[in-house]
Amino acid sequence: MAETTLDARGLKCPMPIIQARKRLDALPPGEVLAVVATDPGSVLDFQGWMKTSANFELLGQEESKDEQGRRTFIHRLRRKS
Amino acid sequence: MNLKTDESLERLVRAQVDREVAALKESQPEHRVTLVVFSGELDRNLAALVIATGAAAMGMKVSIFYTFWGLSALKKRRIFKGKSLKERMFALMTPKGLSKMPVSKMNFGGAGRAMLKKMMSENQVSSIEDLFALAREMGVKLIACTMSMDVMGITADELVDGVSLGGVATFLGDAARSKVSLFI
Repeated sequence: MAETTLDARGLKCPMPIIQARKRLDALPPGEVLAVVATDPGSVLDFQGWMKTSANFELLGQEESKDEQGRRTFIHRLRRKS
Repeated sequence: MNLKTDESLERLVRAQVDREVAALKESQPEHRVTLVVFSGELDRNLAALVIATGAAAMGMKVSIFYTFWGLSALKKRRIFKGKSLKERMFALMTPKGLSKMPVSKMNFGGAGRAMLKKMMSENQVSSIEDLFALAREMGVKLIACTMSMDVMGITADELVDGVSLGGVATFLGDAARSKVSLFI
């Protein structure tokens, strides 16, 4: 499955959500967007958004570390239709 | 009961159900947020714009009603000509735009604002000017309260382009259909 990555590292609220929305709008339905963020608040933010959204779904979230050793949060989102 | 009355009864019931479902849908709140911005302070306006842009990104329709001190957020310039003395004083004493707003605590004659702006940029938080531009780009509806414009002597020429003018019913019309309404 095709997957696009959005680098949202260093971005603060509300920018990860706004950038993600812009990218999702440009993707064809069914394609997955992986948002890589450093904001720990983004975990509940993406959950909150997907709870209220009919068009997008949250496939999963995971924690990782980037090459600079920063704590990152990867959110996988999919446009349903 | 014959077949014919059965059919007409079914039609009647269906029409009634359709009407009630339509009425129920009409009374449901929309995916909509309505904010009142009463405050003319930078930090409170920052909070309002973060909520507005976040909601717009989540696909919600957003309206912001600017009233009283909040109107300063919409100002693009000050006009003194043609105003009464009291109106000119108001124009002089209120901030000319978002960038010039004081912070609600520890402003210290503008030093606090400068420090907050610096700390925001050091932390890569979007500036209030960027968020305002973003809100407009994302289709957030901006409404200026005409009653408070009159009271404070603010004219439509002093406000940024694309602002609608309205009153309490404009706000309530949007707020009544909203899932979220806030007074800031």
